[in-house]
Formats: sequence, C-alpha cells, structure tokens
Amino acid sequence: MSRHPQLNASGELRHLLTTEGLSATILQQILDTAESFVGVTERDVKKIPLLRGKSVFNLFFEPSTRTRTTFEIAAKRLSADVINLNMAVSSQTKGETLLDTVNNLAAMHADIFVVRHNLSGAAHLIARHVRPEIHVINAGDGWHAHPTQALLDMFTIRRYKQDFHALRVAIVGDVLHSRVARSQIHALTTLGVPEIRVIAPKTLLPAKIERLGVHVYHDMSQGLKDVDVLMMLRLQHERMQSAHLPSSEEYFKYYGLTPHKLALAKADAIVLHPGPMNRGVEIDSDVADGPQSVILPQVNFGIAVRMAVMSILAGAQS
Amino acid sequence: MKTCIQNGRLIDPQSKMDQVNDLFLADGKIVAIGVRPDGFADCQRIDATGLIVCPGLIDLAARLREPGLEYMATLESEQEAAVAGGVTSLACPPDTDPPLDEPGLVEMLKHRARNLDRAQVYPVGALTQGLEGERLTEMAELRDAGCIAFSQADAPIANLHVLMRAMQYAATFGFKVWLRPQDHHLANHGVAHEGEVATRLGLPIISVSAETIALANILALMKETGASVHFCRISSAAGVAMLRAAKQQGLSLTCDVAIHHVHLIDMDIGFFDTNCRLIPPLRSFEDREALRAGLLDGTIDAICSDHAPIDDDAKLVPFAQAEPGATGLELLLPLTLKWAREARLPLIEALGRITNRPARILGIEDGRLIPDGRADLCVFDPEQDRVITAQTLKSLGKNTPFIGTELCGQVKFTFIAGHLVYRG
Repeated sequence: MSRHPQLNASGELRHLLTTEGLSATILQQILDTAESFVGVTERDVKKIPLLRGKSVFNLFFEPSTRTRTTFEIAAKRLSADVINLNMAVSSQTKGETLLDTVNNLAAMHADIFVVRHNLSGAAHLIARHVRPEIHVINAGDGWHAHPTQALLDMFTIRRYKQDFHALRVAIVGDVLHSRVARSQIHALTTLGVPEIRVIAPKTLLPAKIERLGVHVYHDMSQGLKDVDVLMMLRLQHERMQSAHLPSSEEYFKYYGLTPHKLALAKADAIVLHPGPMNRGVEIDSDVADGPQSVILPQVNFGIAVRMAVMSILAGAQS
Repeated sequence: MKTCIQNGRLIDPQSKMDQVNDLFLADGKIVAIGVRPDGFADCQRIDATGLIVCPGLIDLAARLREPGLEYMATLESEQEAAVAGGVTSLACPPDTDPPLDEPGLVEMLKHRARNLDRAQVYPVGALTQGLEGERLTEMAELRDAGCIAFSQADAPIANLHVLMRAMQYAATFGFKVWLRPQDHHLANHGVAHEGEVATRLGLPIISVSAETIALANILALMKETGASVHFCRISSAAGVAMLRAAKQQGLSLTCDVAIHHVHLIDMDIGFFDTNCRLIPPLRSFEDREALRAGLLDGTIDAICSDHAPIDDDAKLVPFAQAEPGATGLELLLPLTLKWAREARLPLIEALGRITNRPARILGIEDGRLIPDGRADLCVFDPEQDRVITAQTLKSLGKNTPFIGTELCGQVKFTFIAGHLVYRG
C-alpha cells in the first residue's frame, strides 16, 4: 500500500476520507482556508463563485439532517449546484449495489460526492472506484471516520484556545461506536495536542485505544481534572439494548456532563458536542446552554470548514 | 498408459524419501521407483530434471460452490483450479445451497466430480439439518453416500445440548466431527480481530475468547462423549495453546490452519481490503507466530487452502458487507513453500502438512509415493516465480490478498490416477 488513498501523486488532498494520515500542514491549510470563509457566512451576500458550474452530490445512505444541510449550505455559498439524494430510501432498497449507484451518478457529471454511509470503509470504497476527476468527501462512515466534524471541532478549539501544543483535551462517551471520536483523536495528535484523554465505561471503549495516542479514564472526576477542552459524544439509545449500558439514567449519573463535573476542568474550559444532543443523557442543559458551551458556534464553523474542504478539493489536480 | 517421470527429486513425507530418481506409473498406480520395470520401453516420458515430484496435495477445505452457488464458481472451474494447484484430493465443506444434508445431494456431487475425472472429492456432510444447529442429519446414510466426516462449516450451533448429542451420535458410528471453534454470541456479527486495526478502522470485532470459549466447550464435550474431533482453521495463539495441552492429555483430535493465516495478520487489511475479510478473522502478529510454532511442533497437523471463490461484486462492497473468504487452491503450494523458506524448514517437512498428514485426517491411503500406491502426483518447480493475477488463476474466484504478489513454486504437471491432467 503506497500512498494514502486520499492524496494525489503530489501529496495534495484529492479526497477527504479520514483525518488519519493527513499532515499537520494539510490540516492547518484547511483551518486557515475556513478562517477566510467565516466572514463570508456573516456577510449580507453570502455567495462566492469558487465552485460555480460544479455539481455537488450529497449521497446519504444513512439519514442525517444536520450534516447534510451544512454541506448543502456550504456548497451553495460556493455557488455550486447541489443535488441531495436520500439513498436510504432509494436504489439501495431496490438491490442496486453501492458502486452501481455511484457510477450512475458519476455519469451525470458530478464533481464532488459527499457520502454518508452506515458501514466503515464505504467512502474509501467509493473513492477507489470513481473516475479520477471526482472528489469524495466522507460525511461519516460507520464507526470509522467523520473528518469534517473533527475539522470543525479543531477549528472551534483553535478559535478559543489558539495553541494546540498547550492543551489537555478530554473526549467523553461512546468512543467504541463513534466515528467522530476516532477522527478527533487523529486530528488532535497530528496538531500536536500533548495530552488527550478518553473517558468512558469499558463497554464503550474499543480494544487498544491507547495505541492511538490517548490516555484512558473510566472516572470523570479524574479524567476531567484540569482539562482545557471537553468533547462530548452522543449516546445512541440502542446501547441499552445491546448490553453496553444498563440505563441512560445511570449513564448520566456517572458520565453525563453536569455543572458539578464541569467544575473539575479548568475554569476557562470549553465544551463541544457534535450534535444532535441528548440532554439529560450525555449532557445537562445547564452545561449545553451555559457560558462554557461552544456548541452553537460549532455549527456555524461547520459551514466554513466544509466550504474550505470543497474549495481545496476542487482546486487539487486529479 | 505407462509413464516414466525422469530424473525428478522425489519427496515423500510419509516414507521420508528425498532422492533424485525415476518414477514409473502404470494402470493408475506407481509401479516402481528407480528401477525400470519391464514394458516401459515406449512409455510417455516426462523430464522432471530440476523439478520436485511429490504426492498430489490434499486440501482439507475447498468450496466448489455446487450445488446452488454456481454464480460464484462451478465444479468444472474449481476442479481445473485444483489440478493447476497440484491438488489431487480435496474435502468440501457442506456450506452449499442447499447444504450437504441429504444423501441424494452428496451422491450427485460425487457423481459429477467422478465424471470430470479431476481431483478426488471428499464431501463433508452437514452435522445438522440445513446447518441450522437444531436437528441431526442422517449421518450414517450420508456416510454411505460418501461423506467422510460431519461439520457445521461456518454455521453456528448455539445450543450446546444439540452439539453434545451430535458428537455423541457421530461417536456411535466412529464418525469424525469437524468443527471450527467460534462462539456464536461472542462473535456477534464481528468482522475483524479485536485489536488496534479494528479500533482504527471502526470495524466490529471477533474477540479471541470467541475461539477459546468454543474450544473449551468442545474439548469438554469430547471427554464426555468420546467423539473424535478435527478442529478447522484455528486462528489464535491462545487456541493453539489449548490444543497443544489437549493433545498432551491424549484427546483424540487433529487440527488445521488456513494458509492465509500462516502469512497474514490484521494489519494486512490496510485501507479496508475486502480480500482480507476472512473467517476466522486475520489476527495479530503474535497469533500468527503461534500458528507457525503450532505447525512446527505438530499441534497443528495440516494446512488447508480454505478455498472460497467469490464473485467480484460480493467483494466490491464495504468491508463488513463483503462475502468472507479467499480463493486458495492455486496458492496452497506456493504459500506453503514461502512459509517453509521463512521458517527454514526442510521441504519434506513442509510438504507433509499438505500431503500425508491431511490424508491421515481424511482417513485415506493417498498422499504418499509408494509402489502400488495410487499415482496422484504433483510435479513442480520450486524456484520458478510468477506474479499472481486474475488472469493466471483458473479459479473463477479472483479474490485473494496475494493478487499482484510474486510467489515461488510453479506446478508443471499434475497426475491423477496416472493420467496427466494438468501441464503448467
């Protein structure tokens, strides 16, 4: 396996599939580019013509409102044409294979595919088989990766904390099933964060997670001590059916972020959440709506980061 | 037809013969080694100078996909693959569609295979009806139809009471039960070894305990029922250690490993290579080293190809959705030779794992080079290398992690009952 499947021969970003294996230079380039787009989203005329004449296909094989919408807004602000395809109720149920679907859409002159799928590796598979001029953005594949979410989290952290090299970051919750956590961990280690913690019960942590460069905690009171950034993860309700957890009430008691637990972190610590939140499960409303929460700004930055990714990909040589 | 294979290096792991000599075949049998018998003045001559002549390979797990799964491969295509790989006898697991759970299906398969006049096919019958793990098959009838053992293939028996009765019933008739140890609930739809790779890629896992707990159950039931068990495709270091101890206790068991697991580990999945989606999953480097050590000390008796031809479409999907398995009949020999070189093992020792030892597990007389023995032979060039490509594989299954890899060991001639059936 020679070069990473998301880079072209010159080492530029051709697809965005995962934050793993991307250099700090590329990550910073995306964040810097996003910085220049934040202003655009605040202007009266919110459009710039960078992707005029290009087509962005949102291929969502798994239901999503928030991510799909932010991609759509980002593409439209870059003046691209956007086609939304809800594949969950479309061709997949008619027995067409994933690659057949993608090839059919590619024939409609797509430039960028934004792909969300419930199985790990789906975006890699598509990227490996599309025509060379098409770019693939992974909008979440199974438990594997959700790079644009991680990048908007990095953008948010940089906005509020400036220097990654002086941070202590805690990721709290269902790391086992979380593509967001994996992408966050790779981005944080690459950007030079010296201490990354994951906090969860053993049933929600994958094997050898410490090999990714994180410290494992099972106790919030130890794990949150003196951290600068808290990244909360969403807890799916089905974890209670699959013997990972006894109840959401017990989870909230031991792992839910309350003002009391937040007080263990640094006084100026910020709280992130990828959304949609389960209030009273992984996060208390007082925290979610409190002064340390940066959850709403995250959503706005998400648009700028996705604009950045699309414009960089469109500018790369195939 | 009389044939003289001249000047080859004859290797017979059973008799420990390793010498350059001539081999004489007549009437489907080996008639002489070295000294030319009468009547060979104008026989077919095969120059085997620089080549190795060994018993035809015996493969303990090769799926021929008939009946029912002909969209993946056919008896014709896979029999061609077998002889191209030097394989002259093979056991086929019962995971066909329908499964081999009725005598008529087994007779039909045997009949079709006989007519093709290629590798000898030894069906492994289903242990339970429909492989559903609930009701026993008519094992004695199936044996009469040609089954040499009984297995669940990769289907689970979740109910241990059923497993116990199946083993007891098989033991009544002295039938061998072939089992791949894996606890159904612990495996829980996993697709990758529990380790760093599955963690990075976000793949559902199959823990080592899924293997060791099933092993412990089966070993306990063996003691209770007196059943003789062959363990298929062991994958973990802990599993090898348990089998080593069980053998030392004198339990009647044998064991094989798939050739892929002798070479590959979970890291080889790379960026979701679905050709590495195998059952059992590829495990860690330490597990692979333990499998190799188990092969060397005899804990693991044989290497099988675990041949599973799969059509491209079933692999061009996300990893967890991919049909598990790899094509293997044509890779069994070169990959066994590769292992022998890496382990610095004499050729005769390595070849034993794919000839006489699996023959013993099947309970057949083949897999050796002796006068009056059946002339099933593999003649190969151990030095000739080739790049494995879809075009070079005869199997309809082109699914192998070794595609594009250069491997040493090219089959030049395959004989079945004295007939030259393949020339490479």
